Amino acid sequence: MKERLKVLKTYKQFIGGEFPRSESGRTYVLLDPRQRPIANVCLSSRKDFREAVVRARAAFDGWSARSGYLRGQILYRLAELVEDRRELFIRELRQQGATVAAARRETEQTIDLLIHYAGWGDKYPQLFSTVNPVASPHFVFSVPEPVGVVALIAPQGGALLGLVSALGPILIGGNACVAIASEKQPLSSITFAEVCAAGDVPPGVVAILTGHRRELLPHVAGHMDVDAVVYGGDDREEWKTIQSEASRNVKRAIRPAADSRTLYRIMDTQEVKTIWHPVGF
Amino acid sequence: MSTTTTAKPAELPPWAYAPAPESTDPGIRARYDLFVNGEFVPAANGGYRTLVDPASERPLCEVAEGGAADIDRAVKAARRAYANVWSRMPALERGKYVFRIARLLQERAREFAVAESRNGGKPIRESRDTDVPLACAHFFHYAGWADKLDVAFPGMRARPLGVCGQVIPWNFPLLMAAWKLAPALVTGNTCVLKTAETTPVTALKLAEILQTAGLPPGVVNIVPGGRETGRALVEHRGVDKIAFTGSTAVGKWIMKALAGTGRKYTLELGGKAANIVFEDAAIDQAVEGIVNAIFFNQGHVCCAGSRLLVQESVAATLIQKLRRRMGSLIVGDPLDKNTDVGAINSKEQLEKIEKYLAIGVDEGAELWQSDGALPAKGYYCRPTLFTNVSQSHRIAQEEIFGPVLAIQTFRTAEEAVAKANNTPYGLSGGVWTDKGAKIHKVARQIRAGVIWANTFNKFDPSSPFGGYKESGMGREGGWHGLMPYVQLETA
Repeated sequence: MKERLKVLKTYKQFIGGEFPRSESGRTYVLLDPRQRPIANVCLSSRKDFREAVVRARAAFDGWSARSGYLRGQILYRLAELVEDRRELFIRELRQQGATVAAARRETEQTIDLLIHYAGWGDKYPQLFSTVNPVASPHFVFSVPEPVGVVALIAPQGGALLGLVSALGPILIGGNACVAIASEKQPLSSITFAEVCAAGDVPPGVVAILTGHRRELLPHVAGHMDVDAVVYGGDDREEWKTIQSEASRNVKRAIRPAADSRTLYRIMDTQEVKTIWHPVGF
Repeated sequence: MSTTTTAKPAELPPWAYAPAPESTDPGIRARYDLFVNGEFVPAANGGYRTLVDPASERPLCEVAEGGAADIDRAVKAARRAYANVWSRMPALERGKYVFRIARLLQERAREFAVAESRNGGKPIRESRDTDVPLACAHFFHYAGWADKLDVAFPGMRARPLGVCGQVIPWNFPLLMAAWKLAPALVTGNTCVLKTAETTPVTALKLAEILQTAGLPPGVVNIVPGGRETGRALVEHRGVDKIAFTGSTAVGKWIMKALAGTGRKYTLELGGKAANIVFEDAAIDQAVEGIVNAIFFNQGHVCCAGSRLLVQESVAATLIQKLRRRMGSLIVGDPLDKNTDVGAINSKEQLEKIEKYLAIGVDEGAELWQSDGALPAKGYYCRPTLFTNVSQSHRIAQEEIFGPVLAIQTFRTAEEAVAKANNTPYGLSGGVWTDKGAKIHKVARQIRAGVIWANTFNKFDPSSPFGGYKESGMGREGGWHGLMPYVQLETA
């Protein structure tokens, strides 16, 4: 019997809850470790990034206003869906060069990390809020609030876990995030976007772009309506470019410490707001 | 110096204020040197700047002007003190030094208040009741943190950063020195503090207190100077962290200068805060709050409520009451205890404010000022409000840093919030309403670091302060204010 012709998947960007191709029409060929083509991947442009920021900004108010409990449930849902697609993620990680054991481990760690962050939703504000014992007759308290629209430069290695370990704290904290996926291993990131689309993450809250990191980086760090940029890479020149361009709008340029605890990772993309009110009759 | 009341005759009370000059000797030396490694030393180039008393335009004293060589000397002294003494000292001992500083400052509080008013032009009522007591409290508050850092951050070890370069503005000279030094010292860092060009006096008087307290040499170094002095400090490779309070433009320059260097920074920058008054607010209290929001310290306040958003239904009444109240503000001699609005800090700043007054009129806004005579000499500006202001006007968008209020109206809460947030800044905001639910909703929606509800311009060492967006990053005050001065490592 003749073998059935397989349907190949087209990997596209994730912007505003949709999966468009790059407006530029550009793609690059992703090769496996043996230099065989795996897929055509979008070369996201500056304009794609701008569009993603517009959609993220529009989504931010609603997402940040949802309760931590609800955001926690949505992250939990993402964990459920990754668990459901476990074999798919393992296969893709293997395509991109991981061993079976490493691919399985990375997928399982990703699921567990999503569960971990899901649980933080209604807890981190308690640990970072204060009632301030001021000397005057005022009731004064300080609470964390999400910084806003966060651009994430995902690490090159760790196609799935690298992305999710950076995205988890940004999302659970109520931020909207535009992520630039690993240039070398973008497949799992795009498949994770499908998980976001299916998992009740409101459209625009997560965007995932693919392409040449060096090309996009100055635009990402210099964009005037991005509040923070999280850098998951380890290149000194790239980091310098990010910090320098971030100065345009006093953007927070964040490079999470490798050994940072997850609570402090959440706080990396939080502001602190203090509210005063007089006390008296 | 006598004081002139400025209210219109029809609104004058049946009595006038007699002059009430504060007569305490401020103990200002004729000449100040740099404070480096525990001693007062001349600048390497031997230069001095003559300070001017902004209330009289007469010379006040001479102050050495630090250059790059002086900054280098100060940074090296701070490094030695960090490595050999301060980072090795038991935490409680560090705290005890800072407690001492707080106490010594309290003992000389009145003298410092007078010096602050002489140097900067702010009313003695404010320096006496706000600046100096808050500076003392800040040292006292942070002193107590020194030996509690091991329990402050669960699961993490808090380590000092090293040498901190700190650059402070001219509007709250002593208070900003306290805000910078206190948390840095108790977390085990050493400091090089650059004071503002026009207002180094109280920080240099504080250096006398550091000597009296026996603080080890080099732990705190104070280098007065202008822009070039600041540049030398920011660009110095021996500095581990820069803490800056000042304009957003300079803050952006600092971010660029430090890009790729691995040096950390925190920034407390400009603001253009909106005070939102709803129709259900207690109007008379709101008027007092608006006055405190924009005329406190001549409006030289980064978190000043320089925009007023008032609900249309009460706008006419409120503006009428506000004008009447502004007419009763006493503008004049900073050392008179009756004075409400003192001298503008410098000629340069007065010119900047006057430029904005002209811009406001040119753009079509309607200017109103309290009348009455101003002192013949000195830099003064009458309390000013603009009506007919639209969102695009420069007086509604740019930080003026003077006693100038831009008034706009709104109909719905949504409109008020949208207007309040329509600025690159995000330092503070005000909400006036009798409805608790509305306070919490609006306070939540304003994108700013400090929200004052039915009050304004309140500060406390235990309360974090700092901005969103282009108003900066990092917090000063309380537990949150420790974080900019520590490296957190997994325990």
